[in-house]
Amino acid sequence: MVFLLLRRLVQTALILLGVAAITFLLLYALPADPARMIAGRSATAQTVANIRRELGLDQPLLVQFWSYLQGLFQGDLGRSYAQKTDVGALIAARLPATLILMAAGIAVEVVLGVFLGVLAAVRRGGFVDRAVMMASFVGVSAPQFVAALLLLYVFAVTLAWFPMSGFGTPAHVVLPALTLGVLGAGWYARMVRSAMIDVLNQDYVRTARAKGLSSARIIFRHALPNALLPIIAMIGIDIGQFMSGVVVVEAVYGWPGIGQLAWQAIQQVDIPIIMGVTLVSALAIVLGNLIADILAPLVDPRIRAR
Amino acid sequence: MFKRWLRNSTVATALMLAPLPAFAQDAPKQGGDIVITYKDDIATLDPAIGYDWVNWSMIKSLFSRLMDYTPGTTELVPSLAESFEVAPDGLTYTFKLRKGAKFTNGREIVADDVKYSIERAVDPKTQGPGAGFFGAIKGFDDVTGGKTTTLEGIEAPDASTVVFHLSRPDATFLHVLAVNFASVVPKEAVEAAAGDFGKKPVGSGTFILKDWTVGQSLTFERNPDYFIKDMPHIDKFTVEVGQEPLVALLRLQKGEVDIAGDGIPPAKFLEIKNSPEGAEIIVDGQQLHTGYVTLNTKVKPFDDVKVRQAVNMAINKERITRILNGRATPANQPLPPLMPGYDKAYTGYAFDVEKAKALLAEAGHPDGFETVLYSTNTDPQPRIAQAIQQDLAAVGIKAEVRALAQANVIAAGGTEGEAPMIWSGGMAWIADFPDPSNFYGPILGCSGAVQGGWNWSWYCNEDLDKRAVAADSMSDPAKAGERQAAWGKIFTDIMADAPWVPVTNERRVVAKSPRMGGAGEIYVDPTRVINYDAIYVKQ
Repeated sequence: MVFLLLRRLVQTALILLGVAAITFLLLYALPADPARMIAGRSATAQTVANIRRELGLDQPLLVQFWSYLQGLFQGDLGRSYAQKTDVGALIAARLPATLILMAAGIAVEVVLGVFLGVLAAVRRGGFVDRAVMMASFVGVSAPQFVAALLLLYVFAVTLAWFPMSGFGTPAHVVLPALTLGVLGAGWYARMVRSAMIDVLNQDYVRTARAKGLSSARIIFRHALPNALLPIIAMIGIDIGQFMSGVVVVEAVYGWPGIGQLAWQAIQQVDIPIIMGVTLVSALAIVLGNLIADILAPLVDPRIRAR
Repeated sequence: MFKRWLRNSTVATALMLAPLPAFAQDAPKQGGDIVITYKDDIATLDPAIGYDWVNWSMIKSLFSRLMDYTPGTTELVPSLAESFEVAPDGLTYTFKLRKGAKFTNGREIVADDVKYSIERAVDPKTQGPGAGFFGAIKGFDDVTGGKTTTLEGIEAPDASTVVFHLSRPDATFLHVLAVNFASVVPKEAVEAAAGDFGKKPVGSGTFILKDWTVGQSLTFERNPDYFIKDMPHIDKFTVEVGQEPLVALLRLQKGEVDIAGDGIPPAKFLEIKNSPEGAEIIVDGQQLHTGYVTLNTKVKPFDDVKVRQAVNMAINKERITRILNGRATPANQPLPPLMPGYDKAYTGYAFDVEKAKALLAEAGHPDGFETVLYSTNTDPQPRIAQAIQQDLAAVGIKAEVRALAQANVIAAGGTEGEAPMIWSGGMAWIADFPDPSNFYGPILGCSGAVQGGWNWSWYCNEDLDKRAVAADSMSDPAKAGERQAAWGKIFTDIMADAPWVPVTNERRVVAKSPRMGGAGEIYVDPTRVINYDAIYVKQ
């Protein structure tokens, strides 16, 4: 385990370095000029040149990248071009909202997805199975924008059960989490269904049945734990995805997450913010997978033995 | 001898408070706590840096400047200045500060604060976009060139007197002192904020920033010590950011929001307009805006004036106003109708497909030609670009529409020989101040026709440049009429060369709840969009 962690730590550092280098080079290869975006329309050539110099944009690319890396090693993500404030602080301010939505969204996905998946597997071929598969198909293909507006319209505008937008109380997180969760649950349901069907056909399940165990005990005690492994890996992926921002859902519900920050920064060619958000997302993806790798042996002893 | 016209503060106050004819419906009431939404986060409230339409109006209200405008109009009035005088040669401006005006930290404003604030806006270290506005002040080049940080052209002989010495006459100088970059800031607060003044602003305007939850909301409270009595009218306003315009509108209809700052999404416009309370919700007002297509005079075949004129006749502007839900009027010259100098008698190039074809044939393109039309990629701009594309096809011009992110279109426009045509939608010129000269230099003058410039037609007419300089030297207010006429003529003469197709003058739309009072002009104020000082809640 210690060895795994150490290896992962080194890998993480290398991945982040790679992501930083690629993002940096891509952003600076764009034809858009950050100094001109800041300077706006009325600025004279002298003003633009001054801004470019003050931001260090007149330096060779490698010098710029090196000084960015130096900052990074000291935990400094730089200063936003447009907001003239510390990027680390801007991201930190939005991190709680992003984490809450990530956790709530994944919780809905898992609970709903596992429940439906088990249901469909147990009733394989029947009406329930087909209904669940149909629903999950709709879920995974529905655009987030439509689903978010639909939920908003029904539960916030018409029924007024939840606030329409904002952040702060538990009620605020319900609709955004449902949007992410309901749509994402489709993947989980399909995954759990096929894993469960696999497991339910195994000899030991037949043995359990022969022993006369109740179906509930067979499904939840004997079969489900063995079907959960792929779910853990999916959670790991979702942690990374939701941490890099769910722009559409954040926009519809006025959720102050990291996605909105990134979106606006891209519009303004605010490179330090784009870099910062990209690195945080990359870190989240790596961490998400690491968490999945750590959890897997806890759930499935067979992996521990390997 | 100074020519002198004194405007004292009581006159100015009376002017600012005098109900405009349009306001006459009901008298402004004191009090109220309102909620305003925007999609974009507020980047900064530092007046030396903020330069987008959302923070522009907030900075206007947080800070005060020597000059300002009567709410809802383009009329320039002294604000932090009590009076001013201009030397006959137009090179010296002397301002007397209003007595007893204070920053919201309690300190009285002195002449040195004005000097400091403008020097700060010009200092390259500030990285502000507005430095160039102050180019006429003596010593400007030394500061932007990094030789010194003090402007020799600004003097503070005593605590309540500021003198500006200019290196050339600048008829727009009083307007320059009314733009946000000329806002007066207290040095001690700038230094205490340690580079974060944009998040911790201290000014002397109508409102004080009480709270800022990054990415969520900002709370502004009335400044009880503001130097003009009975201003502002509302006690408090909360700005909620990150709000999708469609959702903001739903919230407004439910009474949760008072002003939806981004207006009404095109898809919802007719529904709202036809709803019972539609008339009360929709506020639309003229702004100092012209939408245009630039025809790159350095790219073939647009180097031929006949081709440019033909394109001017080929575009059906009426149809484009319909795409904009009728929230625009067809334009025929660069200046918008609200701008002094606009020529009402000028009719421009009428929409005439046959004549356009004839001109193209005359220019040697009887079968048209192929070209590229750039546009930004947010709705409705690509749709408008497609409408233009169809109009061009009707006269034989095959234009490929290239819809890109705004920053990339701007980059293409500022690169010589790159973009043959650009539809300016989403990036169009909106004046910084209501003076015709602001519509010339950067976008139609030779100084803008440079690498990284905003003159995307790359049009440079040295004769017109000379006339522009001459017009801006007429700083004697007695010659204001003559100057306006000179500018008007410059713009209609430009149209003879047809570097632009002026397409529309768009009105801005803001949505407000029925409880909000006041005329449309203070919600779409020509110099600041929402005028937080003047809006009020009906009781």
